[in-house]
Formats: sequence, C-alpha cells, structure tokens
Amino acid sequence: MQDPETERNAARRRWMGILARASGAEIAGRLAAAPALPAHRRLRGPETGLVMARGRQGGDGAPFNLGEVTVTRCSVCLEDGRIGHAYVAGRDARQAELAAVLDAALQDPARQPALLAAVVEPLATFQAARAAKDAARAAATRVQFFTMATMR
Amino acid sequence: MNAPLTPGFAEPVLDAQRCFRAVLEAMARPGRVQALPALPEAPAPLAPAAAAVLLTLADADTPVWLDAGEAAAAWLRFHAGCPIAASAAEATFALAGGVPPALRDLSQGTEEEPHRSATLLVQVAALAEGGGWRLTGPGIEREHRLLAAGLPAGFEAEWAANHARFPRGVDVILCAGDRLAALPRTTRLEAG
Amino acid sequence: MYVAVKGGERAIEAAHAWLAEERRGDPALPELSVEQIGQQLGLAVDRVMAEGACFDRGLAALAIKQARGDLIEAAFLLRAYRTTLPRFGASLPLDTGAMRIRRRVSATYKDLPGGQVLGPTFDYTHRLLDFALACDRPGSPDPGRESQAPGLTAAEGNAPPSAPEAPAKAAAMPRVTSILAQEGLMQPETPGEAEPPDLTREPLSFPADRPVRLQALARGDEGFLLGLGYSTQRGYGNAHPFVGEIRMGEVAVEIEPPELGFPIEIGEITVTECQMVNQFAGSKTEPAQFTRGYGLTFGHGERKAMAMALVDRSLRAAELGEEATAPAQSEEFVLYHCDNVEATGFVEHLKLPHYVDFQSELEKIRQMRATALREAAE
Repeated sequence: MQDPETERNAARRRWMGILARASGAEIAGRLAAAPALPAHRRLRGPETGLVMARGRQGGDGAPFNLGEVTVTRCSVCLEDGRIGHAYVAGRDARQAELAAVLDAALQDPARQPALLAAVVEPLATFQAARAAKDAARAAATRVQFFTMATMR
Repeated sequence: MNAPLTPGFAEPVLDAQRCFRAVLEAMARPGRVQALPALPEAPAPLAPAAAAVLLTLADADTPVWLDAGEAAAAWLRFHAGCPIAASAAEATFALAGGVPPALRDLSQGTEEEPHRSATLLVQVAALAEGGGWRLTGPGIEREHRLLAAGLPAGFEAEWAANHARFPRGVDVILCAGDRLAALPRTTRLEAG
Repeated sequence: MYVAVKGGERAIEAAHAWLAEERRGDPALPELSVEQIGQQLGLAVDRVMAEGACFDRGLAALAIKQARGDLIEAAFLLRAYRTTLPRFGASLPLDTGAMRIRRRVSATYKDLPGGQVLGPTFDYTHRLLDFALACDRPGSPDPGRESQAPGLTAAEGNAPPSAPEAPAKAAAMPRVTSILAQEGLMQPETPGEAEPPDLTREPLSFPADRPVRLQALARGDEGFLLGLGYSTQRGYGNAHPFVGEIRMGEVAVEIEPPELGFPIEIGEITVTECQMVNQFAGSKTEPAQFTRGYGLTFGHGERKAMAMALVDRSLRAAELGEEATAPAQSEEFVLYHCDNVEATGFVEHLKLPHYVDFQSELEKIRQMRATALREAAE
C-alpha cells in the first residue's frame, strides 16, 4: 500500500494523461452525459507554447534536445478553491481548459466517481481500442520466417 | 500542494506589451514617472507595478531573486515560469521590498557583454517628479527631478559607484503602487 | 553614383498577389485543406516537422500549403512561427524502448524478441506508378461518378481495403543494442542526466558535444545528411555500418510541471529511431566492440534517421581515436552546413541587390583591363 499522496498523484497522473490524448470535441462529447462541471476561474491560460522534447543519445544515454512540441496549458480555480492544471500537446485551447476544469473537479471526492465513469473511463476505453487497432495491424505485418534453425 | 494562486495579467500578451512600452518609456526618460496601464492580481507584499514588470520581463531564462516571501515567489514562478535564484548575486532580476541588496553585489555584466547585468526593482514608499534628486544624462534634456521616498541612506553614493562602472553596472526600476520610474546606469544622480 | 533604394513596393505587392493566385492554382479545382495535407501528404508533414524542429502536424501542414509544397520554405515558416511561442520547459527524455511500435526491423538479427514488424513501408513495393490513384480527377473517364460533385468523388469509392489485423502479443521489444550490450559487445552510452546544451539558445561552438551534434542533425536537412551518410559508405570515412534496428511508432511525452511536482503525460508523438551498429577495432584502453550511431527524428522519417545515425557515428571519430579525413567526420563542416534554413538564407541572399558591391568589382576589372592593355601596347 502506497502512501495516500502518492496514490492520489498516480490517479491524477492517469486522468491527466487520458485527457491529454483526447481532443476538446471528444471531451465535450463525453461531458454531455456527465454531471455539470462546477464554475471556474482561469488562473493562467489557456495559452500555447513549446516544450523541448528530449531524446537520449543511443536511446539510453545522456539526454539531448530533439525538437520542440507545441503544448497548450491551462490552470483554473474552482469556487471551493480546488486548482486544476492541464498541459496538452497541440493547440486545442478548449481541450486544455476542459482538462484543467476536469482535473480540479476530479480531485473532489464527491464528484470524482461520476466524472470518472462518464468522461475518463470511456475516453480511456476508446484510446485503448485505437492503440489496439494499430498493434493488430502491426502484428499482421510481422514476418513469420520459415527457417530450419534459429541463429543468434 | 495547492498554494492559493491568483491570476496574472488578464490579457497576457497585450498587457505585457503595454507594460513593456511603459518600462521602455521609463528607461528612455530617466526619472519620469510612468503609470502602468495593466496590472495583475499580485499577492502582497508585491507592489502591482513591480509584479507587472516581472511578468513582462522575466521568463525561464532569467533567474529572479525576491524578498517578498514564498507566496509571491510561487505566484511569480507559476505565471512567469522563471527560476527563483537562491541569492541576489545569481539573479537577472532582483526585487527588493525591504532593504535592497548592495548594487555592487548584483551581477554587473562584462565589458564584452554589459547587457548580462542584473536589473534591480525596488519597491519604494512613494515616487514624485518635481523635487528630490537632480538627474542628468542620456534621455534627459537638462535635468529631471525625482523624489523616491524610502530608499536607504547611502543610495546616492552607491549609485555614483554604479554609474562609474559603465558600461558594466546595474539598472534600477523604482516601483510604488501602480507607478514606476527608472534609473539606467548612464544616469547621473545628485541629491537635491 | 545614385543607387535606387526605394520603388519596389508596388512591384512586391503585385508579386505577392500573383504568388497567392499561383498557390491556389485553378479555382475550378477544389482547394486542398490543411487536414487533407496532414492525412494524405503525411510524410511531407513529418519532414517539415523534423527540419522545422517543431512537432505540430497542423502547423506543418499549413506551412506546406502556404509554401506551395516547397518543404524548405515550409520548415522556414514553422521555425519563424515557433519563435513567437513561449518555452514552457523541457520534457523528460523520451523512452523509445516503450514505443507503441508500428514498424520495427533489424538487419542484424533475424529472430529477435518481438520480431520483424514491417509496418506501413514503401520497401517491397515495385515502384511502378499506380495509375489507379490518378483516376479521381474531375473529368476523368469514370462513368460511375459523373453525377457526383467534384471533390466528393474520391471520398468513399477510393478508400483502400482495410489492412489486415492479427492478434498482437504483448511481447516486449527490447532494443537490439541492449541485446548486444548483454554480451558486453556494445560500447555502453555515457550515462548522465546533465542538462543538454540547446543550440536554439546558445550558438554552435567547437568542439561540439554529442548532444549538440545530435540536436543539429535531428533538425538538419535530410538531403544533405543523406548525401553525407552515403559518402561514409562509399569510403569517405571508415564506416562498416549495420542497421541494428529501426523502429517507428508513438511515444508518450512527459513533463514535470513545477506546480505539480510529479510527471504527467501531455500526449504522444510519432518518432523514428535508428541504431546503426558499427565495428570498432579497439584501442589501447578499450577492447574491440561495436559502437553506435544514433538517429532520432520527428514523424516517420526512416531515411533521415538512418542518414543521421551514419553521420552521428562518423562524427564520433575523434572521440574513438579514429583518423578523421572525410567530410562526414568534420564536425565544423557537417554542423555548419546541415541546417537548410540557414543554408537557404545565405545562398538565397545572393539574389538580393548587391549593386554597390558589384559596381566596385566592375570598376576594378575595368581598371585591370585598361592597365593590361596599356602595358601590352608599350
């Protein structure tokens, strides 16, 4: 059993990652079937900037700067004082703001179960299916060698 | 984890441009007091003008040192994205609400790259034109008068030494409420 | 001497108006949308993102449209746009080992864990022009489509059949280099978490560290690096490369925002990675082993990643105590000339007015000729 803070952060990290992979329209589509989001105040953004993506030399060595990625971020505050943050790749301001409001609302234990069920889990299922489709197509292009013996 | 945060500029790009213009005017006309047209909701004890200047000028490449406490530092880091320097000597921008650090202790730039020096923001009790110091130098036709209330005794002597280090040396922005005036290192200052 | 310095404005305006018309082409044909470019010219988008050093498919597609398909001009537009955006920070290093693989091949091991996955590749195509792709032109002889509006005809009728699917095993796909490393046959990479230098902030200086070289190569021109890589294979440099592995797919980008204090994923990007395995004869201090040339690029850019890996390896000559005689082994030569935005700026500036410079050359040549003629006559 991990300590509660680590566990809360892990849950938060998960939904932030799922919301980052969903477009603003996809999130808004899911929100239609969810309890209304609380009112919020913008603290910062939504604003678009850059994050320098880094690789590692040789794949596993010291880091180097590969190139930048556009990122949109937003931070909001709910009336109860909860703060939500979002950083999402791309330039979708609506996605960033909805993700920030959801991040704040999901930290509220009273709202969390309904929002997870209506928004986060369906998006996760959709994203997993999309990834599985790619994996299945890749698997179909895997070469099945006819060999007499294996070599190393 | 969640420090109470307030918003920065209402219109980050436009407000920063307006403030930049005001700082430019202040630097071009040393001793003339500029009122800032756009102010953020800065946490106390940050003066609104000082907060606006830092939001305008500071970013991830400019370490900032300030003596305004943890809430102000967190607010600034959040909105400007600047690192917080451990000491004034390491800072590109230093902000003093209390007794300012000695000018000679701040980054002076080099003879080759004098622009790498620090800019010191000092929150003063009041700023007024027409009395106080007599300022002369580039950007001033004859002389400008400026009264800055609340600077430590000995500032004039420190400033003379700073001026003498040209092209190295520190530029100072004096802030009071929503107003500011600048002392670029080229300005000569005599007690009035 | 009088030199006109004004007077071009109206000519420039007219030139820009004509350019806009040329860009649009025949207005009777449907206009290309940015989405169409992103979807159907995806590899051009990938190349512009790589050389523009900015991952954003929509912006790269827009740049291609605006540049009329001139990919260097498009990379230039993207580089110019990125300067208007604030830098929020840097990502954690991408974990290409955890890539969602769409393609992964090795030329060194046939049966490696995870297997050879061809993915959507041009390899094994016959390079025969496929005229079936040309039949969606409005006005083309296709009686079945006559009643449909132009532009809509291709929408459904031309969709290729779905690619086959097969059950995907959740097998790990270790990097080939780690297989060699297990036997101690692969030179380990220098570990470390030092903040890498960033040549978008600090100009190049020499000798350049490997992180700077890799950054410059990653944003370098594919054609230039391809030619240099090829030169290493043809004997200009001492290269004996094998493709240890090429992998292409999606990797998560993680950042650690200071206000959170823990890392979060901000999405996925497509990258191509190439590990070139090269023999190394050994030195006084090191036994014979394999060394790596490394290529990593935004998008699906296999040729670029391979060329980058070849050039990365050849630039390691000094570090590995090898004789450096070939162009691809000279870091000043490679790094100063691989950036196509810089190169195009300096080459193309030659067409701007040099009237005064040239006037002085003209005077000088006339004088020299006059002197020579006079001397010949004497």
